[in-house]
Amino acid sequence: MSHEFEPRIVVLCCNWCTYAGADLAGTSRMKYAPNVRLVRVMCSGRVDPSFVLRAFQDGADGVLIAGCHPGDCHYINGNLKTLRRYPALETLIAQFGIEPDRMRLEWISAAEGDVFVHVVNEMTEQVRALGPLDWKRRTAMTVPAAESHTAG
Amino acid sequence: MGEELKAPKKIQLAMYWAASCGGCDMAVLDVNEKILDIAAVADIRLWPIAMDYKYKDIEKWADGEIDVCLFNGAVRNSEQLHLARLLRQKSKVMVAFGSCASFGGIPGLANLHCKKTIFEAVYGYTASTVNPEGTTPQTHTHVPEGDLHIPEFFDDVYSLAQVIPVEYYVPGCPPTPETVMTAVNAIATGNLPPVGSTIGISKAVCDECKRTKSDKPGIVEFHRPQEIFVDAEKCLLEQGLTCMGSATRGGCGSLCPGVNMPCRGCYGPMPNSLDVGADALSAMTSIVDAAEEGDARAKVGKMVDPLGTFYRFTLPVSMLRRAARPLQG
Amino acid sequence: MEPRIGVFVCHCGTNIAGVVDVRRVAEAAAAWPDVVYATEYKFMCSDPGQGMVKDAIVKHNLTRVVVAACSPRMHEPTFRKACAMAGLNPYLFEMANIREHCSWVHEDKEAATLKAIDIVRTSVAKARLLEPLQARVVSVTPKVLVVGGGVAGIQAALDIANAGTKVVLVERSQSIGGHMAQLDKTFPTLDCSACILTPKMVQVAQHPNIDLMTWSEVESVEGFVGNFKVKIRRKARYVDEATCTSCGVCLEKCPKKVPSEFDEGMMTRKSIFRSFPQAVPGKPVIDKESCTYFKNGKCKICEIFCEPKAIRWDDEDRVVEESVGAIIVATGMGLIDPHGLGQWGYGRFPNVLTGLEFERLNNATGPTGGRITCKDGSTPKSVAILHCVGSRDRNHKEYCSRVCCMYALKFAHLIKEKTHATVYNFYIDMRCFGKGYEEFYNRLLHEGVKFIRGKAAYVTNQALTDEETGHLVVSAESTTLGQVLRVPVDMVILASAVAPQKDAEAVARLFGMGRSPDGFFMEKHPKLEPFSTATDGVYLAGSCQSPKDIPDTVAHGAAAASTAMSLISRGTVEVEAAVAEVLTDSCSGCKICQDVCPYGALSFHADTRVAEINGSVCKGCGTCVATCPSGAIVGRHFNDRQILAQIDAAFLW
Repeated sequence: MSHEFEPRIVVLCCNWCTYAGADLAGTSRMKYAPNVRLVRVMCSGRVDPSFVLRAFQDGADGVLIAGCHPGDCHYINGNLKTLRRYPALETLIAQFGIEPDRMRLEWISAAEGDVFVHVVNEMTEQVRALGPLDWKRRTAMTVPAAESHTAG
Repeated sequence: MGEELKAPKKIQLAMYWAASCGGCDMAVLDVNEKILDIAAVADIRLWPIAMDYKYKDIEKWADGEIDVCLFNGAVRNSEQLHLARLLRQKSKVMVAFGSCASFGGIPGLANLHCKKTIFEAVYGYTASTVNPEGTTPQTHTHVPEGDLHIPEFFDDVYSLAQVIPVEYYVPGCPPTPETVMTAVNAIATGNLPPVGSTIGISKAVCDECKRTKSDKPGIVEFHRPQEIFVDAEKCLLEQGLTCMGSATRGGCGSLCPGVNMPCRGCYGPMPNSLDVGADALSAMTSIVDAAEEGDARAKVGKMVDPLGTFYRFTLPVSMLRRAARPLQG
Repeated sequence: MEPRIGVFVCHCGTNIAGVVDVRRVAEAAAAWPDVVYATEYKFMCSDPGQGMVKDAIVKHNLTRVVVAACSPRMHEPTFRKACAMAGLNPYLFEMANIREHCSWVHEDKEAATLKAIDIVRTSVAKARLLEPLQARVVSVTPKVLVVGGGVAGIQAALDIANAGTKVVLVERSQSIGGHMAQLDKTFPTLDCSACILTPKMVQVAQHPNIDLMTWSEVESVEGFVGNFKVKIRRKARYVDEATCTSCGVCLEKCPKKVPSEFDEGMMTRKSIFRSFPQAVPGKPVIDKESCTYFKNGKCKICEIFCEPKAIRWDDEDRVVEESVGAIIVATGMGLIDPHGLGQWGYGRFPNVLTGLEFERLNNATGPTGGRITCKDGSTPKSVAILHCVGSRDRNHKEYCSRVCCMYALKFAHLIKEKTHATVYNFYIDMRCFGKGYEEFYNRLLHEGVKFIRGKAAYVTNQALTDEETGHLVVSAESTTLGQVLRVPVDMVILASAVAPQKDAEAVARLFGMGRSPDGFFMEKHPKLEPFSTATDGVYLAGSCQSPKDIPDTVAHGAAAASTAMSLISRGTVEVEAAVAEVLTDSCSGCKICQDVCPYGALSFHADTRVAEINGSVCKGCGTCVATCPSGAIVGRHFNDRQILAQIDAAFLW
């Protein structure tokens, strides 16, 4: 087989807590797995469930949604909506055949650079253990060629 | 309306059904006496539910001889695919008619499975199946009398536009008579929207719904319709029913909510929708009355079958389109 | 028209270039669609760096700019400004964070470079779809709310008032003054705390620009920078301030005694009370909770003796609304609950005191009139001061409380001066960092105070020797001697940890502030903006941000005041342009958005039957955008297309 599988994880995170927490991990020169790519929104409440589906559709092996701790939302309670959406989203992706461990919701504050590092490292290993999701190949809907029809 | 339908030359109209229940064809009849208006402007050249035709009759037509083909039903086997392609070749304008042709519809939910698992269930372990030899349909079977062919059952269910180019969409399960007449009028008068459009309105079912909505709609608990006495005045979503009305294109006149049934979403996604299931999931769960995780989990967890609820008519055209097949197979 | 994107990759000296191959990143970017110019440079944020951006906008006719450098939280405003100066709408700028999120967190140069390329591609994908936006300018209400009347709040209020701007100073207790008013002397100068503070308190009361509201609490805060609406609950005083002459007769006559908060419970006050003799305002209030009349319906002795007839039994709480442009939070510090410190004898032995209790004991207005005595009235012959009780302790507070070393020295000096007792300091490290502090420490060393380098393990009354009998015994390992000591003393003073106020969590939520892991309010930047918060227009002063001594608290208060004043003086402020917008054609009026908006910015328009957004109330969180089931709300600058494009570009799938 080819070289070791490197998980690809999309992080949908809020500007005020988790993005800043990731910044803090940087300024503190902490080290973590290079498997995540952050997409910044202002509030985790902006994370439309379709963004998660899109990441899986694109080929992500994991998706992390992260925002301020409940009660500490920069927008009072935007993250509360994320918290409410998440359980249904979990059920939904399971119905699509995506392992629950490929998606996580974490509250990471601007002061928790270490938590960000821990979550990223842990999730990277979790997803690595699951192996590639390989969504595109597993859901390809190739339309059969014209000649396959033989009914008369 | 009859006056408006006088066209100089009669429209050459074909209607066909693929993976569908027949409801869309019934819907055409449901226009009642207006069927005469349709007959006045159109020559119905093909309508298998009403008249007998053979493939060779269709094959004989010149390319583009048909002005408009109303194609209902999803594409699930090789015969349907063949007819879709053949009719595409013969028709100037192809209309995906009804939810199955437009979005895959109810048959599209089979994309949660694949051919193998469906055959295993249908010809294997369902309670009513007796099949000790494990016989499954074969496309070619040799019998003493000769070779028998049946269409090939595909692994996936496709919407019409996933197999052939489609000019217009007329949604609905089935399209209401009003929707049918709007479409027929548009075709007859040539007053058509840009290619690729859905013929209908751009607002959601809520816009046509007469129920009262509170300023801060909130859901205390999810229910299925049979579990509660439905308040006839109040918004169904606020009563905890997973009504798709806010995420579903209107045009049906809010028929289901009008009779105490939550909208099932048959008119499909709104024009700006990224994914109708995600839209509905986000809207319905965001207003659940829960302030902490355990509570949210308990309350949202009472929602039965989110995928089936949110993608009842649209799975094949949704963002993820189908459930993942097993990793190796 | 196709966008023309310019990509600028920063080396940040070696901060980025030391790990990421910046040239390769720029070369990769140059090959992407719509990127018409890509380059790298040592310091993009420098003048020449910004100049490069401006020149390239003009020379290459750029319609989008991407700078790959540090966090947008750092330099997005810098480059937005540079773009604007070159005539490009600032919202057509996008930042790629390849420092904090890449070069600083990865060691593998190849992986970091590939990740940097992905990050820049993600930013370019968004940049391609950016839309110009116009920031809206709104006026600033020329009034400042200061919350908390300790020395930080007093300083801030006076500075702003002296600059000619109106101040509302809200204090929840009866008097301003805060912790500083409780202190006897201040280190290292040993000047009398009250003597230097009370004149300032009086200035506050008399200042024409300050509206002082004691016995009041902020109840709600709405609005945004420059335009806050604040509701303040003015608790019923039951004493008419206009009529009362502060004669004090009621204080003598009231029969009901309760522990005095100001005296740390070591003395009593009456139900009608002022916190301390020099209280500002000097007019008392009735504490309804303890007042006999409110309990039994009988008494009214204060009323009987009140000559000016100032008692008002029908007084009620009032909620007043104030419009202010800026808010300074100066809610101060608390102390760690000493009852959790049983190992050091607190609550078990009467002669174990907290630092603040000792301040009251030593104070001329305190329980003993300033005599330092044990509970039995005897003068202690030996006193132990235990440093770092609860501070620098993973079991309690990890941080250093910063003021204890110095007040311990002050106590040692005062005890020696007044009682000639032997004073032991049990310390981990002596931290005497301020002006004149080290000198004060040296002075104490020469005054014969005993310093034992070792944290006290416990305090007991179980004597092991005759010498210990009848004393408290402090056990500690002296790390200089390398042996465990048992030191018998008559009194133990705990330098117990400074802690966030008990209600810090609720206060943080009230003003939309964050808290750092230690529980204190979080500043915007630990070095450059220790007096700002993540919420524009809300500033911090004093020890609510972190433990501070008086000079630092005063400086912090003045800094917060000057920051607030620069906002007030400017008179206008640009507010978020990246807000939500309703597409009325697709909105079906389901009202779901109304339920999710944290600010009530959405309403249902009865005539058009669609949702409406109040643009100046919307803060652009985007929760409604993600919730709208009809795709009928667009989040400006974070719209669906832009975010999906970023996800699509996040990896080379």
